[in-house]
Amino acid sequence: MKKKILSLMFLVVFAVSFVSIQSGFAKDKEPIKVGILHSLSGTMSISEVSVKDGELLAIEEINANGGVLGRKIVPVIEDGASDWPTFAEKAKKLILKDKVDVVFGCWTSASRKAVLPVFEKYDHLLFYPVQYEGLEASKNIIYTGATANQQIMPGVEWLLKNGYKKMYLLGSDYVFPRTANLIVKAQLKAEGGILVGEEYTPLGHTEYSTIINKIKAAKPDVVFSSLNGDSNVAFFKQLRAAGITAEQIPTMSVSIAEDEIRGIGAENLIGHFAVWNYFMSMDTPNNKPFVKRYKKRFGQDRVTDDPIEANYFGVYLWAKAVEQAGTTELDAVRESLKGLTFDAPEGLVMIDPTNNHTWKVVQVGKVNAEGQFDILYTSDKWVKPDPYPPLVSNKVVIEPGKVVEIKK
Amino acid sequence: MKKEKLIITIFLLLLVAPIFLSEFRLNLLGKYVSFGIAALAIDLLWGYTGILSLGHAVFFGLGGYCMGAYIKLQTETLPDFMMWCGMTELPWFWKPFQYFWFALPMAIILPIFISLLIGIPTFRVGIKGVYFTILTQALALIFVTFFIGQQLYTGGTNGITNLQSILGFSLSDTKVMQVIYLITVVILIISFLFCRFLVKSNLGRTLIAIRDSENRLKFLGYNPMTYKLFVFAVSAGLAGLAGALFVPQVGIISPSLMGILPSVEMAIWVAVGGRGNLKGAIIGAIVVNFAKSFFSETFPEIWLYFFGLLFVLVVLLFPKGIMGIINNMVNKLKIIKKNRIIHAKADC
Repeated sequence: MKKKILSLMFLVVFAVSFVSIQSGFAKDKEPIKVGILHSLSGTMSISEVSVKDGELLAIEEINANGGVLGRKIVPVIEDGASDWPTFAEKAKKLILKDKVDVVFGCWTSASRKAVLPVFEKYDHLLFYPVQYEGLEASKNIIYTGATANQQIMPGVEWLLKNGYKKMYLLGSDYVFPRTANLIVKAQLKAEGGILVGEEYTPLGHTEYSTIINKIKAAKPDVVFSSLNGDSNVAFFKQLRAAGITAEQIPTMSVSIAEDEIRGIGAENLIGHFAVWNYFMSMDTPNNKPFVKRYKKRFGQDRVTDDPIEANYFGVYLWAKAVEQAGTTELDAVRESLKGLTFDAPEGLVMIDPTNNHTWKVVQVGKVNAEGQFDILYTSDKWVKPDPYPPLVSNKVVIEPGKVVEIKK
Repeated sequence: MKKEKLIITIFLLLLVAPIFLSEFRLNLLGKYVSFGIAALAIDLLWGYTGILSLGHAVFFGLGGYCMGAYIKLQTETLPDFMMWCGMTELPWFWKPFQYFWFALPMAIILPIFISLLIGIPTFRVGIKGVYFTILTQALALIFVTFFIGQQLYTGGTNGITNLQSILGFSLSDTKVMQVIYLITVVILIISFLFCRFLVKSNLGRTLIAIRDSENRLKFLGYNPMTYKLFVFAVSAGLAGLAGALFVPQVGIISPSLMGILPSVEMAIWVAVGGRGNLKGAIIGAIVVNFAKSFFSETFPEIWLYFFGLLFVLVVLLFPKGIMGIINNMVNKLKIIKKNRIIHAKADC
């Protein structure tokens, strides 16, 4: 008799589990896999590891609050190794093998350009957290960093308004600085600035005495710098050694954030400017707790900065979009991302419904002795992202992924 | 024939791989196979002739750029990076690359040309050994700097990306990718047979003689320079061909593929596989790259340590590489068999 009851119970359990699998019950409780793709080794790792940490923090927080659609988020981490073909390979792996629902990743324009065809080929979704040169609007990428008109152009405008008319352009030799300076030059012409010099050095360049002499000779009001990576350490040290202080010739940087200041040394940067959408020193209701959580999770000596924050809220935006769509299915998520807002550490942000970039506030900061920024200016209002600034382009985005030429 | 069992098995496995591998894995394997061709090129030069080049990625990269330029021009009349730099017209030296019949041969000819440019002055004055190796490293550095600096013409650090179609076939089609994979395997087999033919011929014996004692060869009346130039050029051309096969499968070519690091990696494949052994070169390239993918996928944050450890262990414990291990085992088996036969005979 006992045996019979036992076997009956087995049958019931079996039947129930079978039905539940059939009805998709088990599938709904499956964790949601998301990809994280950054350089964890190689030259870019100093910047990208922190961004990865920001993304992980957001995922942990969301999971602690019950996950998305009642499902846990599980990150699949891959190392792009500062090598662009590796980025493309790992992107393929995340999409095809791990079958992740979304990927958060990349830093350099080169790595984004390398994975872009992969995301378009498999019609997948990438959240890209870094300010960049624009002239791109894929329907497969959500850009949470700034476009030129949200960083470079307001930066130049602020300089001109504050009497820094004579500008010297200095940048690393690759697509971002080249395009950035193309825009700056057009802007100087249109808004009455004067270009007194333009110089590019290869990534990783460390010998700046010649250029510093040229800067001395040109006597600019300000150096507009789009130097990236290690070169900044050499440039600012040599600038200081040459006896040029920020009072004499300040620089305005578009690639130096709090994380980079740690590497360059605050003493070399005091008084220099930077323009970003987020500063760690921001006094917003969401920022203080965010900084506190980040430090608590990854160490008290760590700092937050613009790209870290950009994909921290990127993860939240995606989670919100999934909640709203009620599914992780891509088309639905993309649809609910359109015009979606989120109260990020930097304040309220919104995804533009036509070009997939982010509406955000612009701010100018000045480096202080603690390696933090004193905020000198804030736009207060949202600036609409425009990946194709009319100054240098005759194209407009009409819907995500669709760019048309306009005749003048 | 018996000796070739191993390599025949490998080739057969590679040929039937599309049946049981997923799209992603097959794509990776295709990349490894193209690396196998580059490894053959290095083995010919280093393993057989004793000339270590740590700049072979330059030839690989040049081949890749030729193919990349061709594929790019299939879908874009003016490559996107030129547009960003403010160009309005295609530069003249880019124009012929829109034709496959020009681009593919150039992927082999251009590396050969560069190798002769380097080889003639260096071999003539008798620069060899470590000095030649340093020279090839400088070559890699020069090319990377040059390609990054000439953003207007080469795409700079980004390289050439967003490659869509080849000979009218879309590169996002799984079937097309399978065919490209199979072509790569067939070219690997042909390259292998070609290299084997070379090293088994009189020429091959001369190459080995150069490796083992160049001076003695000179006293015998040979002029090693011609042989060295020849093998350097063949090796460069083969590496270029490998690069051309690599690009449609990976979909990007950038200066990071032609620098010192990938050059050293190429030498490592051959060292791990077992140099002076053509099978070893192919096995080394596939095994090392498989390990690289495996470690970086399994331990994304600390994979480089595992990878480094693997190299140190192989070099320390098995200086003759994987082929050394296999040969050792085969020899031991033979001895055991022999002993058995002797015992069996004794029993009678």
